[in-house]
Amino acid sequence: MLTIENLSVKVEDKLLLKNINLNIDTGEIHVLFGPNGAGKSTLINTILGNPKYKVVEGSIYFKGKDIIDMPIYERAKLGIGISYQSPPSIPGVKLKDLLKIISKVDWESIEKMAETLHFKDFLERDVNVGFSGGEVKRSELLQLFAQNPDFIMFDEPDSGVDVENVKLIGTIINDILLEKTKKPADRKKSGLIITHMGHILDFTNVDRAHVLYNGIISCSGSPDEILNTIIRYGYERCIACYQKKKH
Amino acid sequence: MLSKEKTLKIKKTAEEYRNVPAPHGVDINLNEYKINKSDIIIDSLEDLDREYRSQLENIGINIKEENTSGSYLQINNEAVYSHVQSKIEMMPISEALEKYDLDEYYWNLVEIKDKYTARAALELSEGFFIRVPKGVKETIPLQTCLLIGKENSSQNVHNIIIVEEGGELNIITGCTTSAHVKSGLHIGISEFYIKKNGKLTYTMIHDWGENVHVRPRTGVYIEENGVFINNYVITTPVKSIQSYPTVYCAGENSKATLQTIVYGKGQSKIDLGSKVVLSGKYSSADIVSRSIADDASEIVARGLLVGEEEEIKGHLECKGLIISDESRLYAVPELDARKANIDLSHEAAVGKIAGDQLIYLMSRGLTEDEAVSLIIKGFLSIDLSGLPPNLAKSVERIIDMTLDSI
Repeated sequence: MLTIENLSVKVEDKLLLKNINLNIDTGEIHVLFGPNGAGKSTLINTILGNPKYKVVEGSIYFKGKDIIDMPIYERAKLGIGISYQSPPSIPGVKLKDLLKIISKVDWESIEKMAETLHFKDFLERDVNVGFSGGEVKRSELLQLFAQNPDFIMFDEPDSGVDVENVKLIGTIINDILLEKTKKPADRKKSGLIITHMGHILDFTNVDRAHVLYNGIISCSGSPDEILNTIIRYGYERCIACYQKKKH
Repeated sequence: MLSKEKTLKIKKTAEEYRNVPAPHGVDINLNEYKINKSDIIIDSLEDLDREYRSQLENIGINIKEENTSGSYLQINNEAVYSHVQSKIEMMPISEALEKYDLDEYYWNLVEIKDKYTARAALELSEGFFIRVPKGVKETIPLQTCLLIGKENSSQNVHNIIIVEEGGELNIITGCTTSAHVKSGLHIGISEFYIKKNGKLTYTMIHDWGENVHVRPRTGVYIEENGVFINNYVITTPVKSIQSYPTVYCAGENSKATLQTIVYGKGQSKIDLGSKVVLSGKYSSADIVSRSIADDASEIVARGLLVGEEEEIKGHLECKGLIISDESRLYAVPELDARKANIDLSHEAAVGKIAGDQLIYLMSRGLTEDEAVSLIIKGFLSIDLSGLPPNLAKSVERIIDMTLDSI
């Protein structure tokens, strides 16, 4: 579904991503680990098409199309979605109205999803205005449910969320947004999760993990193995792999 | 009827100010604008020809008069239609002046102190007189419309509203020009009296021509426990508007809310403000203004809260978005505190549309234009919670309609 080849990205004059290669197949969830400042946000913003992030080399293919020159909204229309870590608020625009504008599914199922997310009371509220950390995440998931993209990036979906809600959020990401409860052959969605703590992984069936370190994917492999290593040794171990890859 | 003394006094003051420019707003040469009557005779709004009807509908007037408690239509300086279907009393001010002693109400809240007020006092003027009898609460809105129907007309308006004790009135006023009229002048004197426990909500939509000058002069007096809610919306080009209504929260626990929505387009010169004098104990006021400066428009957003009595509370919020480098947005929020134990505050902010908001909406599939227009609509949305639900809905619809044309 998403193939990134040899991607290097600059912001202003700083090279933030170097020679990234990544392939996410239909039906897969990948997780991206990495310390602060490693370039995780740069990667998803580049996939998203944020014009602040300039591709200096490489390609991004989505559903077989080279999307490098596509504006954000065309990528969104093609099926790329994102759950922001700290989205801006849009004063005066009711969540309900935004959902109706972006929606590709019927209103009844959006209302049902709002109920599942315990978020029905927020439909009449202005988008993200005065929302707590957990409320922001649920607002994002509800918008993604309405938008119904095929490939979704989740930027820290578990940060600032209490344990109970991590379970709710993780389950909805896994079961509904990314269809992991469907038979493998019936799965049409893919996802990329950025997480610091990894709590969300207790509730999601992740297929593959990557570590981003200093703008380079220093290692890829089994999610459990990589997470355990990071928990045990921190990112110290990744530095060694990074040094190796760099040369 | 006015007493001889009052009539003489008005005339004398007006003569004195006949040529005196106003302190704010561009100076207008009044001789360019003629005072016209109207030759339209109708028995209902549906009798109007199509051009007028669509013009009225554009500013939210319901031609069939459904869900309205009454309708008033003035074209140029003539009341062509005045009809109520409730216990509210309404008639052209010219009729009211013959019928009632209006010494205490006519030219009582608005001072004659510039050439515009002087012209309204000296020359032919017309307007609505509305009185809500004691205890009558009418939640169904009354609609009034002031229309300039002839090129280069000077429309002189003088309105009086009296909400007697415990009464309630909700008004939607639309001001416009007929489609073929490009230039004109509108002078509007409005004097509103809200007596003890009374409530008045007044929502005004302006949709003038590109070469129309507008000079409203408004005074509102609120007695004990009285409530005044004012919503003002302009989203279409105008030559110039200058208005600085004054609300007197004179009664104990009286309340005023004034919300102004301005979308400055073309060459519009817009100078709008609200002033509230809080002289009743525990009285409170909220002034909210939202302005967008686009094209080559110039907007001045004023606000003044005067605290004259203890335990009063007032807040002034003035926010602006500046979209075009050719435009200008000048915010003047002012507080004037005259007692120790009071609570007055203000905030003013002018900025541009935030990039992260745009990216956010575009990543949901909106094009840049769609995202900008949604952010603007959100920015300009006002709090309608003080209005009866049905009225809030129709006001929302009217505002949406005017914003859709942006």
